[in-house]
Amino acid sequence: MKVTYYPGCTLKTKAKNLEDAAVASMAALGVDFQELSRWNCCGAVHSLADDDLIHHVAPVRDLVRAMEQGSDKVVTLCSMCYNSLARANLIMRDDPVKRKTINDFMDEEKDYSGEVEVVHFLNFLRDEVGFDTIRAKVKYPLNGLKAAIYYGCTLARPRNVAIEPPGGTQLMTDFLEAIGATPIHFADAFTCCGSYQILANPENAVNVAAGILDCAAKAGAEALVLSCPLCEFNLAKKQGEMIQSGKISNNLPIFYFTQLLAAALGLGKEACRFDLNEKCSAEILKAKNLAVEAVAGIA
Amino acid sequence: MPINISDKTIKREFIDKVAYLSGQDIYKCFQCGTCGGACPMSGEMDVMPRRIVRMTQLGLEEAIAQTKTCWTCASCHSCTVNCPRGIDLARVMEAIRLLTLRKNENMVEPSKLPGETVKEMPQIAMVSCFRKLTS
Amino acid sequence: MSQHDCDCATVQQVATGDRAILPKGAKTIPIYVMGKRYEVPETLTIMKAMEYAGFKFLRGAGCRGGICGACPTVYRKEGDYKLHFGLACQTVVEPNMYLAQIPFYPANRASYDIEAIEPVAESVHALYPELFRCVACNNCTKACPMGVQVLDYISAIKQGDIARAAHLSFDCIQCGLCASRCMGELPQYHIAQLVRRIYGKYIQPKAEHLRKRVQEIESGKYDAMLENLQKMDKAQLEKLYKEREREPDMAPLGTWMPKDTQYL
Ligand code: SF4
Ligand code: SF4
Ligand code: FES
Repeated sequence: MKVTYYPGCTLKTKAKNLEDAAVASMAALGVDFQELSRWNCCGAVHSLADDDLIHHVAPVRDLVRAMEQGSDKVVTLCSMCYNSLARANLIMRDDPVKRKTINDFMDEEKDYSGEVEVVHFLNFLRDEVGFDTIRAKVKYPLNGLKAAIYYGCTLARPRNVAIEPPGGTQLMTDFLEAIGATPIHFADAFTCCGSYQILANPENAVNVAAGILDCAAKAGAEALVLSCPLCEFNLAKKQGEMIQSGKISNNLPIFYFTQLLAAALGLGKEACRFDLNEKCSAEILKAKNLAVEAVAGIA
Repeated sequence: MPINISDKTIKREFIDKVAYLSGQDIYKCFQCGTCGGACPMSGEMDVMPRRIVRMTQLGLEEAIAQTKTCWTCASCHSCTVNCPRGIDLARVMEAIRLLTLRKNENMVEPSKLPGETVKEMPQIAMVSCFRKLTS
Repeated sequence: MSQHDCDCATVQQVATGDRAILPKGAKTIPIYVMGKRYEVPETLTIMKAMEYAGFKFLRGAGCRGGICGACPTVYRKEGDYKLHFGLACQTVVEPNMYLAQIPFYPANRASYDIEAIEPVAESVHALYPELFRCVACNNCTKACPMGVQVLDYISAIKQGDIARAAHLSFDCIQCGLCASRCMGELPQYHIAQLVRRIYGKYIQPKAEHLRKRVQEIESGKYDAMLENLQKMDKAQLEKLYKEREREPDMAPLGTWMPKDTQYL
């Protein structure tokens, strides 16, 4: 079986911490994890109109690239990439009419009919690596870190691409337990962070994001784990603004799940990249005496 | 705000277009309001999603155009997975958006965004926003 | 007249003004320029054929050598839905081509101060946010007469890889055909030019020898020699040229040195 990895644009610039931690962890676990040599933007959101096929072309082109490279599975880290690739894949696999139109339009590419499987990294960790393997390789368990599980929209909706049965957070729960952290379940685990409205109606997006942080804090979380750079932007990068306007009272550290994995595996600074998170992330780890080497020297 | 309904306000073509673009049977809606309850953005909307469906059933194209509901929607699909009648409301919102966007109208002007904002945003924010809110 | 097996006319050799000089017995073929049919000699380029047909290029022609990008042409072939693209000065006419010149296509060009710009992809994103409207339709790559992988350089810019985008777009001649076909209304070639400028100025390793040579030129090392040359008459110049030292043909690389090394 050949597995390739689709990073997505944001992971190459603003979410390097999501990517670097995953790539280093895979190396540490001895998993062959090769980035696609050629790829374009995934389109980020799925087009919802029945006659709007042009907006499926971007993700389908990526799937064609994966097929060209002989991969059976393409793994994604970013939740938005996962969602748009997986949904486009279902159309190409299950809808013969749309498939034909899209293949005909992309006449310069090989025909595609859903040959490649799109997998989110969390599923990959569970099914291909195994949480037991991870548990066995954990060097510095994140003991006592109370981390709220946040899936947001794109890992969980719609149902046909959800990474686990609707409403469940078993995957992330098992993952966090494997690395020694304490999972916190809260009511807004699946509430949208405001998404792209942060650009169009920033006030609205910040309001909903603040509500999520508040809910997590009230549930006793000391941190929140996620897998989407847009969620990270709305939930982490906007905290300063929220505190200033009184929408939340304290910072809540936000982590990409891959960073916690890398830290638990005992990988260093260059792998964990806590320097790219908001300050409070390194601070909570320091305060709890966790991931000591990975946070050393971060002001 | 009272809404007048008469044979002049009922735009049959609008109803058909929304049904065609969304692939949804909007007449299945029985106005329970679950969508609005599930919607994370409903607190920010001027008109609840439930009412938008009712207005669509009645072909109130102009009245819908006065609301900001579909432009406040974040395409999160909370309504979709919660609707007891199985209506994919996210698709209905998209159809209503497209009827405007396809007239070459933008709800966000990429060229007018402050450079600093574009610089700090993750790329997926721009891509998704422009896909949902520009023509 | 037996060498002709079709009934098209034999064209007289013409050599006036800009008109093409035709080989004896050249055949003509029909082409359609903006919908109107013309009989033009085969083997001509689109540009020469249009001039032959009586068009005069006030715009849309420059170098005539495939490098200035002034002469993009869009054409279809009879009975085929597909659009084809080429440079008028390079593409040879085919029978029943339907063509039009696109000498100019409006494209947004941002203004910036290259001295003040921060050499990161985000600067490009801020100047051209429409980048993120690309739908990866690949129409741009299909339209490019230079075979540039346009979608791939646009992707590289979105992914923050300035060096890769600069290399991928290196062959671009700014003809604008990509922009004319873009679903997302991007000015790809202007974005790529900005990227190459940033790359050239801030990222690409500097050529040390070039800097030294420019310094030498600026310090006047060659002024006297050039002045001297300018004063010479034709006979003196010819003599100098004929007697110049020349590298022997096929001399293996690095084995030859001129006797006079003062200008090296
Ligand atoms: S990239 Fe665009 S402007 Fe440049 S040569 Fe190709 S089509 Fe012309
Ligand atoms: S033509 Fe425009 S939208 Fe299509 S791939 Fe090229 S840059 Fe993207
Ligand atoms: S005239 Fe310069 S490229 Fe054709």
